[in-house]
Amino acid sequence: MDAPAPLPELAAPALASRRSRRDRIGDTGLKWLTAGAAIFALVVIGTIVYKVVQGASLSIGHFGLPFVWHQVWDPNRDIYGALNLIYGTAITSGVALLFAAPLSIAIGLFLSELAPGGVRGVVGALVEMLAALPSVVIGLWGILMLGPFVQTDLEPFLGSFLGWTPFFRGEHHTGGLLPAMIVLTIMIVPISSAICRELFLTVPQELKEGAFGLGLTRWEMVRGVVLPYTRGGVVAAILLGLGRALGEAIAVTQVIGSAQGIHLSFFALGDTLASRIAAQYQGALTSLAVSSLAYLALILLIFTLVVNVSAQVIVKRFELKQGA
Amino acid sequence: MSAVSPERRLLATGSVRRRKRKSRMVEVVAVLSSGLAVAVLALVVLTVLFKALPALNLDLFTKTEATFGESGGGIAHAFVGSMLLVGIAAAMALPIGVLIAIYVSEFAGPRTAMLVRSSLDVLNGIPSIVIGIAVFSLLVLRFHQNAFIASIALAIIMLPLIARATQEVLALVPQSLREASQALGVSKWRTVLRVVLPTTLGGIVTGATLGIARAAGETAPILFTSTLFTNTVSTDPHHPVASVPFIIFTYSESPDPNLHKQAWAAAFVLIVFVLVTSLTARFILHRAARKLRTG
Repeated sequence: MDAPAPLPELAAPALASRRSRRDRIGDTGLKWLTAGAAIFALVVIGTIVYKVVQGASLSIGHFGLPFVWHQVWDPNRDIYGALNLIYGTAITSGVALLFAAPLSIAIGLFLSELAPGGVRGVVGALVEMLAALPSVVIGLWGILMLGPFVQTDLEPFLGSFLGWTPFFRGEHHTGGLLPAMIVLTIMIVPISSAICRELFLTVPQELKEGAFGLGLTRWEMVRGVVLPYTRGGVVAAILLGLGRALGEAIAVTQVIGSAQGIHLSFFALGDTLASRIAAQYQGALTSLAVSSLAYLALILLIFTLVVNVSAQVIVKRFELKQGA
Repeated sequence: MSAVSPERRLLATGSVRRRKRKSRMVEVVAVLSSGLAVAVLALVVLTVLFKALPALNLDLFTKTEATFGESGGGIAHAFVGSMLLVGIAAAMALPIGVLIAIYVSEFAGPRTAMLVRSSLDVLNGIPSIVIGIAVFSLLVLRFHQNAFIASIALAIIMLPLIARATQEVLALVPQSLREASQALGVSKWRTVLRVVLPTTLGGIVTGATLGIARAAGETAPILFTSTLFTNTVSTDPHHPVASVPFIIFTYSESPDPNLHKQAWAAAFVLIVFVLVTSLTARFILHRAARKLRTG
């Protein structure tokens, strides 16, 4: 701006300084405006955590940590404990994960290694559409279509030849843990398989060709090259799916049947942390009941934060390793 | 077997055949798994379509809930309410999300950018029911339920989606474009607003569309913030309004078959809306990315 001896027609110091001042204000202004927005996102996260803790504080003060391993949830006597719900969350998400993990890896392999170009795009888009289905719609289908099918066909079928295990016996219901597991599997698979596909596509072509060149079959190539190369990422993909399953409230509430108790049988009715919160949103009468629902939300928040952050850490390490 | 001809050697025998068969089997499993996922999607969408047909008529969009026991009626109040909720939420989340994306890609250093991106991922991973509880104890306890508060909860859910999508497209803008602009003496803020942002319009639209599709189907944050609505069409954000996902949720739990029919019809409209917006978003993003890559 302070160029030496400017030509007369370029000499407009007033104009130049005004422009430079405007630019200085504009630059810092935009920088701080955008930084403010980023800080706002952090504030939102902080506020969510703070408000959940604050909402739960009455219940935390009243029941303390034993809330986590007490079973009774009785609004009539104003006594609350979370163990049933933690069990329900763990068993439904865990079994759903058991089905969803191999399915997601298989779909990821199909989309990255096997499918011809045209099919790849179409099936990929369809799997993403499955992820876009609102959970309330899956829940509606779960309660009105899947539930009756589970009661009259699937549960008798499973009971007839797996009935000797403790997991497949007892009364048949239209709702319960089994439909909740199926619904959750449907919700995990599109998320995890989309990430798996992206991961498998990052495997360098030379490595794959080298494996084929050594005479390996396609499966041996996948097991020897693709899976070891992406191992961490695949774990993260499945963890992200688990994060979704743990926090899923609506669809699970619709199918799980809101019941007390810990049952080994998958045919039994049950409840999860998220579904209990959703089911009792209007029924909570005392302030202790409301606060206990917030306590449940806090436990859920901690679970999902641990799962999601570990997934992120794994992904970061995976990216670093790739960069190296 | 003393002299094996060279051609014989090239045929798969014994263990090679076994290995090939195993590989083939795994391939079949992969194909079947993908087929299963597509079949589940088709099953849900077609079920919703066929169940919705009897209740898909003009009444659905023009009338409100029929009085108890009567058939007919519609869910006009829910459609209007959902539009109001999602509209306000988008108006709040869009500018903030785009600003965050600009900060991450244009101003922040690598460490700060990483921090902000990770926090957006954390926010995205918080279950929507927990966001509902937080907004409930932050605002509903003080101001009672209203549509505006529900929109805030939905905006929190949209924010990371919008910021993420915008930022991904901003990262595709060639660095040379920014350098060219600054070499001409254009200041940074003008470069960002006049050169970088216009080229990423596609990304911003994609982010907004994805956010709207997601928010339109969210039920959990509405449970605590906008449920005590009346059976009339209302556009007043100071009071709770009905919404399509909440109507589906309550109707699905009711024993009334007439309400089930309407829940299917509402679900059908919601699915069509969500799938069309998601596909549009994909299409726009694809075009925007291709334009940026080819220059």
